[in-house]
Amino acid sequence: MRLSEHIYKTVASIRGPLLFAERIARARIGEVVRIACPGGDTVEGEILKIEGETVLIQVFGETRGLSLGASVVFTDQVKKAPLSEEAIGRIFDGSFTPIDGAPMYAAKRWGAITGAPINPTSRARPEEFIETGITSIDLLNTLVKGQKLPIFSCAGLPAKEMAAAILRNARLSAGGSFVTVFVALGLPHHEFSFYMDVLAGMQGNFVAFINRAGEPVMGRLLAPRLGLAVAEYLAFTHGMDVLVLITDMTNYCDALREVSTAREELPGRRGYPGYMYSDLASLYERAGRIKGVAGSVTMLPVVTMPEDDVTHPIPDLTGYITEGQIVLSRELHRRGIFPPVDVLPCLSRLMQRGIGAGRTREDHRAIADTLYKLYAKGRDLRRLEAIVGREGMAEGDRALLDFAEQMEHELVHQGDERRAIAESLDKGAALAAKFAGRGT
Amino acid sequence: MTGRILGIAGPTVAVDLPGLRLYDLVQVGESRLIGEAVRLEPGRAILQVYEDTRGLAVGEPAVSLGRPLTVQLGPGLLSGMYDGLQRPLERLARLTGPFIATGASPSPLDPELRCRFTSERKPGDVVRTGDCLGELHEGRFRHPVLAQVSGTIAAIAQGEVNPAQGVGLMADGSGIAACTVWPVRHPRPCLKKLSPTLPLVTGQRAIDFLFPMARGGTAIFPGGFGTGKTILEQNIAKFASVDVVVYVGCGERGNEMAELLEEFAGLSDPWSNRPLMERTVVIANTSNMPVAAREASIYTAVAMAEYYRDLGCHVLLLADSISRWAEALREISASLEEMPGEESYPTYLSSRLAAFFERAGTVRTLNGRTGSLSMILSVSPPGGDFTEPVTQACLRTAGAFFMLDTSLAHRRHFPAINWFQSYSLYTADMVRHFSGEVSGEWGELRGRCQDLLQREETLREVAEIVGVEGLQDADRLLMRLAERIREEFLCQNAYGDDAFSPPERTVALIRELVERYDAALARLKEGALPDELPSTEAG
Repeated sequence: MRLSEHIYKTVASIRGPLLFAERIARARIGEVVRIACPGGDTVEGEILKIEGETVLIQVFGETRGLSLGASVVFTDQVKKAPLSEEAIGRIFDGSFTPIDGAPMYAAKRWGAITGAPINPTSRARPEEFIETGITSIDLLNTLVKGQKLPIFSCAGLPAKEMAAAILRNARLSAGGSFVTVFVALGLPHHEFSFYMDVLAGMQGNFVAFINRAGEPVMGRLLAPRLGLAVAEYLAFTHGMDVLVLITDMTNYCDALREVSTAREELPGRRGYPGYMYSDLASLYERAGRIKGVAGSVTMLPVVTMPEDDVTHPIPDLTGYITEGQIVLSRELHRRGIFPPVDVLPCLSRLMQRGIGAGRTREDHRAIADTLYKLYAKGRDLRRLEAIVGREGMAEGDRALLDFAEQMEHELVHQGDERRAIAESLDKGAALAAKFAGRGT
Repeated sequence: MTGRILGIAGPTVAVDLPGLRLYDLVQVGESRLIGEAVRLEPGRAILQVYEDTRGLAVGEPAVSLGRPLTVQLGPGLLSGMYDGLQRPLERLARLTGPFIATGASPSPLDPELRCRFTSERKPGDVVRTGDCLGELHEGRFRHPVLAQVSGTIAAIAQGEVNPAQGVGLMADGSGIAACTVWPVRHPRPCLKKLSPTLPLVTGQRAIDFLFPMARGGTAIFPGGFGTGKTILEQNIAKFASVDVVVYVGCGERGNEMAELLEEFAGLSDPWSNRPLMERTVVIANTSNMPVAAREASIYTAVAMAEYYRDLGCHVLLLADSISRWAEALREISASLEEMPGEESYPTYLSSRLAAFFERAGTVRTLNGRTGSLSMILSVSPPGGDFTEPVTQACLRTAGAFFMLDTSLAHRRHFPAINWFQSYSLYTADMVRHFSGEVSGEWGELRGRCQDLLQREETLREVAEIVGVEGLQDADRLLMRLAERIREEFLCQNAYGDDAFSPPERTVALIRELVERYDAALARLKEGALPDELPSTEAG
């Protein structure tokens, strides 16, 4: 450990968000540096790579205006976040600077933003129900505390309205202190003002990190880590149940690719770096519960699938790490259904333990299974209908077609309405009962 | 040997340690992270470090441990949970809390463990290297203690011992160690490899009946996300007809590992009726744990599996998923700036995989017993595309291929094993075995089942055009029956009583379905409309 900060004026080159400094003694990987231009601003950066006395620095802020004459201050510290429950109700940018007009609070603790992996033997199994108020999630793809469940959307679909509905409506049906950490990455202005209105209506029960579209891409890589550091602190130090909503992971991955290319790393599929799986896992895997500790971190990342393609590396790698997925459909959206959740490719891997007597209701599994089965058959038959026409189909098959239609319009579609789980269950049971014995 | 850190890039660290051998372990930095030498150059060595390097500084010390990556083998491994470097995760949690801290490494085998030792030897006996000195008891397993040197026994224990303390002394003053240390990347030797002839029953009808797996064989099941790889892998771990299961969670979800531990704790092995964990070792290197340890994890696991094989056990190694291992290999290769091959995987991917698969097999062990090591590995192809390099490299070596089908999974058909694309090279031998041991009709029924499914597929294409109603009655009957085979026979609810189907039940179920079809077909030929046929009246 060095005892004081070191200052060097040996910047050799600047390339995009990267800066090379030479003749540096004892640099530390991940160390935070401050770069100051003569007569200019100061920006922060982090050491990515050390080769003898040459270090590669990734600059968090804007590199425009930096010159080779800049001085670099080595702090001997890795990047840490100021932690305190005073973060609740506040809005920050991607470098933890308040943007809500109020002054920064004094940190109770500084925590490393990368976090350490939870020991698998210390993890408690996720099994407590979180009510989002959305039937297609609560009833059919139940979210539980400690789970990570992404929303796969397409460009032009109302993912932000859905995110807003969850921000407003999510709660624990059993009660308890519940906080949402909202992380927005690369937010364009119209979405920014939309979300600011949503946050204003939330009575301060949130922590927000907002990186806007015009701000440096490094903020997109930092903001989720800052948000998760705060979430872990609130969950495991203060025993709160924290829901982390991150939108949009596609912007995160594009930022990762941009920085990787600047580092001249070998590109993997579609130019994304080969370590993207591990990098995404270092975020997603921070969701969880710990045995003997109150509180939980639950994650709902929003992923916009480029070209509506679920096999694109971003949704693909996300799906491999997360515990299920909620998939939005362009077709349902066109037909005016909100939220346009296509329940067939959806999945919640942790649903099984989160439902039933004592969690939701004992008939939950049976209702969900019946609805799925009938709906899957109905959807299959739509293809047949396209060929032979409705008139050429057997009575039972036509009933199934009607079922699929009604399920989409009455159960999946709910507009602005918030449905409690009991209401979702009742609606689902009533729909299933209406068609009992009619489908083959 | 002590040196200094020269450079750091992600998980790779350059040090100036002369005299290092390739794959020797090195302790780096003040926080004493462990790394492995993967490249030697004049004046410097490149290490892949198994832990998060964040905070490491140039100039910090590097100390050679003078040995490659090893595992400790002996009583106490079973029912344990380890990371990819064989650090015991439960004791690590007691030591450093719920989050994994770097630099801590408690001994893999419980130093407090006590177990029974029986020996025919007595002080004064002269023994040679490799002679058996006695056996340690771990449940129903017997671990032989072998002489490490030739000489005279000075003292030898009897009854309850602490294996960590050794079990005796030789006349030359050396202790008799109870546990073995083995370099993980080095296959354990055997007298002879035998060809696999006995089936490994998984309790999954689609596998046992259609694509049977052999003891000592290798199988892969690739599938996109949501196709039920992990649940299938866990069900096989619960029900497989083997003595020991080594389960590797390689770069997968932490919650899944918690779920597995909790669930397995309440279950028993259907073959021995003993608690399931008594036969299970879990290696967990989740996706957010360091990649270099993920790369090592499958070797740590296979060395443990080989050790139990050498005790004369039938061992099954399950890895979920081998793609994460390959990605770890790619990540390390990239940070070493090696020349990339297809999809930027290193070109040695397929030879490394082939060498790994080669460690499976049925063997005659050095002390004349028969043991087997089987491998069933899941593969996570990006985008569900089976033409990618990892799936293709696995296919060249694996003996069985269970293809998990996304469209089956979307229809909630689990296990989502595609019955047209999957295959098993062990089929002929295994069918012969099942025909002899379970039912003489096994082979014939299997042929009928495949034939019915194949004919259904052809008819389905016709039905897409003319509608089911346009088909002849006999064809509709066949489609109805094939649907029942799919839904009642090939589907198995992983959570209910049906999750495990012993071979007797498997064959009884299919026999009933096929007989029912034959009877209905006969009635149809006589002019009657069988009950099995749904009404065709379009209202």
